[in-house]
Amino acid sequence: MTFLHNIGLYILMLQKMFHKPTKWKVMKELILKDTEDTVINSLGIISFVSFFIGGVITIQLALSTTGSFYPDYLVGYATRETIILEFAPTIISIIMAGKVGSFITSSIGSMRVTEQIDALEVMGINSINYLVFPKVIALLLYPFLISIAMFLGILGGMVACVYGGYSTMNAFIEGIQTDFTPFHMTYAFIKSFVFAFILATVPSFHGYYMKGGALEVGKASTKSFIWTSVSIVVFNFLITQMLLG
Amino acid sequence: MITVKNLKKSFDNKPILKGISCEFEKGKTSLIIGQTGSGKTVFLKSLLGLHKHDEGQIIFDNKDIELMNERQKMELKSNIGTVFQGSALFDSMTIEENVMFPLKMFENMSSDEMLDRVNVVLKRVELENSNKKMPSEASGGMQKRVAIARAIVNNPNYLFCDEPNSGLDPKTAIVIDNLIKEITEELNITTIINSHDMNSVMEIGEKIIFLRNGILEWEGSKKNIFKTDNQAVTDFVYSSNLYKKVRKMYLNQ
Repeated sequence: MTFLHNIGLYILMLQKMFHKPTKWKVMKELILKDTEDTVINSLGIISFVSFFIGGVITIQLALSTTGSFYPDYLVGYATRETIILEFAPTIISIIMAGKVGSFITSSIGSMRVTEQIDALEVMGINSINYLVFPKVIALLLYPFLISIAMFLGILGGMVACVYGGYSTMNAFIEGIQTDFTPFHMTYAFIKSFVFAFILATVPSFHGYYMKGGALEVGKASTKSFIWTSVSIVVFNFLITQMLLG
Repeated sequence: MITVKNLKKSFDNKPILKGISCEFEKGKTSLIIGQTGSGKTVFLKSLLGLHKHDEGQIIFDNKDIELMNERQKMELKSNIGTVFQGSALFDSMTIEENVMFPLKMFENMSSDEMLDRVNVVLKRVELENSNKKMPSEASGGMQKRVAIARAIVNNPNYLFCDEPNSGLDPKTAIVIDNLIKEITEELNITTIINSHDMNSVMEIGEKIIFLRNGILEWEGSKKNIFKTDNQAVTDFVYSSNLYKKVRKMYLNQ
């Protein structure tokens, strides 16, 4: 029952997000601030993780294909497919659920605890539009982050492959170019948009409707990370089945 | 003026407000007092529209809040200034931005005009030259003054304060009380304060409403409160020996 109640409340929150819009002059500032908080400030960690995990994926693929009948370019090909199809859009989104998701939940949750949301409401401001809508718009730039993750993941793979002595640069580049399906990029970006919406709204929901004090803000952040990750995994399956299945 | 008629509110079938009727006059400072759990906060939040009441009427200057359309409700809310118990300042904004916030949201003013208005109200609450400080850098008393400045920056008709001097030392609490009273008279607004501070009652209580278990047990002025023989009121107000002595002296005079 609680689960269904929360689903209903979440849908109502999404509906309320488009009512009584905040003045554009103020909204513009909020969008810029949320873009900095959620997208720009995540560039460092995303770049770091993508580069090294790309390297690890390549080493593991190279080790399991060495000395066999597999062609040399296979490592580059498999690295590209793994990173574009799954690592960049999905795994990075789960990492972002921890970084951005808990930031959103704790910042909105703290505003709830310290009556700042009540202050917005008594002024006649639609607090859901004021707090959640700019995050949704800011995260429309999320596919840009995913593109960077894809590029650096493949670059990390190439560095590990060439300098680790697993294959040559030419073979790796040949692998990257072999059997490239442009629709896989479309599929990855469709997933990224859906995950961006989940990343903006699910943590906001947990922060906005939390009750209690500082301890509960921490609990809400943990809960938000779990539900954001679960939603990403479930939608990942559904989108994959619909678009590639 | 705010008129409340037979206001009822319950949570999970547990009645919290059991039919409160009263009036709050313009230009006067009215205090709602009562023990913890008496329904003070629910009453104040119902007046503010944060809780939807089950029965009864809340009338702001002859306009029933229930009969207002969305635009009228918005207009009314932009005419209400609120000081929350914990100040509720926006952490991510400077003091200047906090005070400017209602102007940015509701007024069509240029940046210079807004800044001038902010400086006027900050001066009024004796916080000039604090514009660029963050709320976390301000003391409890300063935060309350910023909250008052934010509440009055767009010249509201109504001012609501939820325990404005809780957590403050007695001297600062009196400063805040007097500031609210002076602003009420200067701007000729309807001010309602939710308090359990007896100093506030004695200092600024032009009209006092005593709530007990969700009903209006007693109402009167700070002079009447000395003379009342209502047992519940005297038990609450004169619970300390000091106030008992003060009352005795007043009655002997």
